[in-house]
Amino acid sequence: MAQTTTSKSGAHGAHAAHEAHHDHHELGYLSKYIFSSDHKMIGIQYGVTALFFLLFGFFLVGCMRWQLAYPGRAIPVVGGLLETLLGKDMAAGGVMQGDLYNAFGAMHGTIMVFLAIVPLAFGAFGNFVTPLQIGAPDMAFPRLNMASYHFYFFGGIVMFASFFIPGGAARSGWTSYSPLATTAQFGQAFNGQTAWLIGMVLLINSSLLGAVNFITTIIQLRTKGMSWMRMPFFVWAQFVTAFLLLLAFPPLEAAGVLQLMDNVFHTSFFLPTGLVVDGAQLPVSGGGSPLLWQHLFWFLGHPEVYVLILPAMGIVSEVIANSTRKPLWGYRPMVYSVITVGFLSFIVWAHHMYLTGMGTKISTFFQTTTMMISIPSVIILTALFISLWGGSIRFNTASLFALAFLPMFGIGGLTGLPLGFNASDIFLHDSYYVIGHFHYVVAPGTIFGLLAGIYFWYPKATGRFLNETLGKIHFWGSLVCMNLVFAPMFIQGFKGMSRRMYDGGATYFAETDPTALKLNIYITHSAIALGVFQLPFIWNFFASLFVGRKVTNDNPWDATTLDWATPTPPPHGNFTHQPVVYRGPYEYSVPGAAKDFSPQNQPS
Amino acid sequence: MTKLLQLFGMPDVASAHGAGLDDLIGYVHLLMLLLFVGWFAYFLVAITKFRKSANAKADYLGVKGHMNSYLELGLAIVEAVLLIGFAIPLWARAVDRLPTAAENPVEIQVMAMQFSWNAHFAGPDGKWGLQDTRFASSGNPFGVDPKNAEGKDDVATVSNEEFLLPINRPVIAKLSSMDVIHCFKLLEMRVTQDCVPGLSIPVHFTPTKLGKYSIMCAQLCGNGHSKMRGYYRVVAKDEFDKWYAEKSKAGAGTSFE
Repeated sequence: MAQTTTSKSGAHGAHAAHEAHHDHHELGYLSKYIFSSDHKMIGIQYGVTALFFLLFGFFLVGCMRWQLAYPGRAIPVVGGLLETLLGKDMAAGGVMQGDLYNAFGAMHGTIMVFLAIVPLAFGAFGNFVTPLQIGAPDMAFPRLNMASYHFYFFGGIVMFASFFIPGGAARSGWTSYSPLATTAQFGQAFNGQTAWLIGMVLLINSSLLGAVNFITTIIQLRTKGMSWMRMPFFVWAQFVTAFLLLLAFPPLEAAGVLQLMDNVFHTSFFLPTGLVVDGAQLPVSGGGSPLLWQHLFWFLGHPEVYVLILPAMGIVSEVIANSTRKPLWGYRPMVYSVITVGFLSFIVWAHHMYLTGMGTKISTFFQTTTMMISIPSVIILTALFISLWGGSIRFNTASLFALAFLPMFGIGGLTGLPLGFNASDIFLHDSYYVIGHFHYVVAPGTIFGLLAGIYFWYPKATGRFLNETLGKIHFWGSLVCMNLVFAPMFIQGFKGMSRRMYDGGATYFAETDPTALKLNIYITHSAIALGVFQLPFIWNFFASLFVGRKVTNDNPWDATTLDWATPTPPPHGNFTHQPVVYRGPYEYSVPGAAKDFSPQNQPS
Repeated sequence: MTKLLQLFGMPDVASAHGAGLDDLIGYVHLLMLLLFVGWFAYFLVAITKFRKSANAKADYLGVKGHMNSYLELGLAIVEAVLLIGFAIPLWARAVDRLPTAAENPVEIQVMAMQFSWNAHFAGPDGKWGLQDTRFASSGNPFGVDPKNAEGKDDVATVSNEEFLLPINRPVIAKLSSMDVIHCFKLLEMRVTQDCVPGLSIPVHFTPTKLGKYSIMCAQLCGNGHSKMRGYYRVVAKDEFDKWYAEKSKAGAGTSFE
């Protein structure tokens, strides 16, 4: 620590000179907003882009939900536009066709995971908040950080543009299982799947650059006195997340290149011998393994689940400590648990593959590790629940979202159990039960955590508050609608309704169990209502930049961590002088203290 | 337990091993319910009792004691019991332990293709015709050599045509696929298994209820995925034998040519 501290004061000194220099030369528009190397601007760029993709991903599933509820009926409002833009093969007469359904399904998953949630959780919050919370003037590698955003942006452009290339976007699920990913548009060298793979390589590069930057920053740039066990839990969560990205993504990048070779140059990394497609032998040599792709994909895919959830847990922890006015209960066990979750997340991946022909021994290994990983996750969640006890809880929009995260993520986590045991997974596998499970984890789970973060840090980033009334409409509407959307999916799963069915399961359930199909209609209406309840948020997000109530001091929530010790909004370089840390991150309501919060940088 | 789950829409179970799987699903859900009700009740009490207006000053220490550690330990033990007592042995029985010849299983090959199910029985001679991928085509999904004598009596149902299975006799289905990954899902039999091209993966089950059932494809396989529905009927031994003999005669001169 001593060594880093010396080098850091040096960095701060150089930085002060840099600041002085700035007084004379205001940054131009391009270098301030587009080619910024400032972690806060990059965080905001990530945030705004990711929110756009979140909305776009929601639009895609909105169209799909219409088709599920009313198979074969033209999509209202946008059906005609889809036909014009994407062609008759995709949306004849405004009716979603099978290929379009599969394309939207694949891209909904891809966009939500890789272009919306991860960039928002890791790229936006990680970038904006982490350096502030550890008292650093910026990320360790500001230009790498800029490159990370640009890779992400171009990855997003490639994914978005792929809807408009001949044949349309990738249509083989967000998991892109071979051989379907190769055979779906065989012979068309540049197809949606090719674009998907190129886009993924760009996004993976973006994440890798971000990951090395976060790890270096958190290890090297902690300010004086910021020992490991004084780091806010949010920083721990980002730290573990960075390792997950760093270690899990490269295998998928390699796999992506191999699948690209299969698609474009007709190699057979993932194609076995003797494939017959459309009645003819596929002209490839064969000898590859489709299951190899699944292993490489899920080796990323499962840690990715924790990439989605850990930053949200970090945000929720910050907001809960602040709004209960007391320290997080069990901070140390939480830190050890998050590290344990990180390690274990690398050895559970094949529980996505129980039904690929797995014997007892291998599946026993993977279900045992799966049950093991549930324990530290439960410890974190329990610690957050217990943290409420004895608090003096404030219910603003940020804390409402953070509080709702707890039971909602609880449902998401618990419904993972019957999928984690292989024997009970046999029936539930690939059913709507699975869809309900991971959407509870990601939507009212992670997204609620991220929204809590937006309401919480918006005043620091902009100098104005988001409107609380609109915020509460947004919250209650989202909470009710999310549950109306996802809870019926567990029932559909019990009924045996399979996912990714273009007709919403009508082929199987129309005669035997029409109520299963009725649920599709209810879910779709709830999803539309959920969309309506996002309008106050969208308005609030932009209008508050101009008309929001102004913050009157730099620490409007009476918080303890260093992110609130900066000017508002934080200038280039963040702190007016290097902060020194004297205590742990959540010293709220310390007995004998004058106020109910003791900031980390306040000398005792 | 199946009865309880049926209240939530679960289809009837029609295989020998199915009830055991349902029991596990039921027990896991009871555990989940217990945890969730506990958490949620606690949560409601906590946010009511410790709201700012009811509790102006927060308590720095909060909960003291180790109640939660005991609860977490308890959860770990219950999970271990479900794992070791149920999941592992159930899987070993349902998946690994194939019926022996003494149990006189019906053996079939199932070939999935975009977007249909095809089944293949060895015929009265009990021997499969010679198969090779170079003979494979849409009309001959199993790639049976048309000149091979042992294949002449084979029974095949193609393009989602219904096939029959005898009740109370173990079935071994060897699953494969011609093109992409499909998933062979028999809801009532509590059977789910991917069909992976290039591999032949056996599943087994013993139907215990007469009836007409569907084969569902549970793995995205292309734009016709949702329509890929196959049919089979579980019938009495006599009916099966009659069908088998007739199909074999019908197949003798015509199929695979």
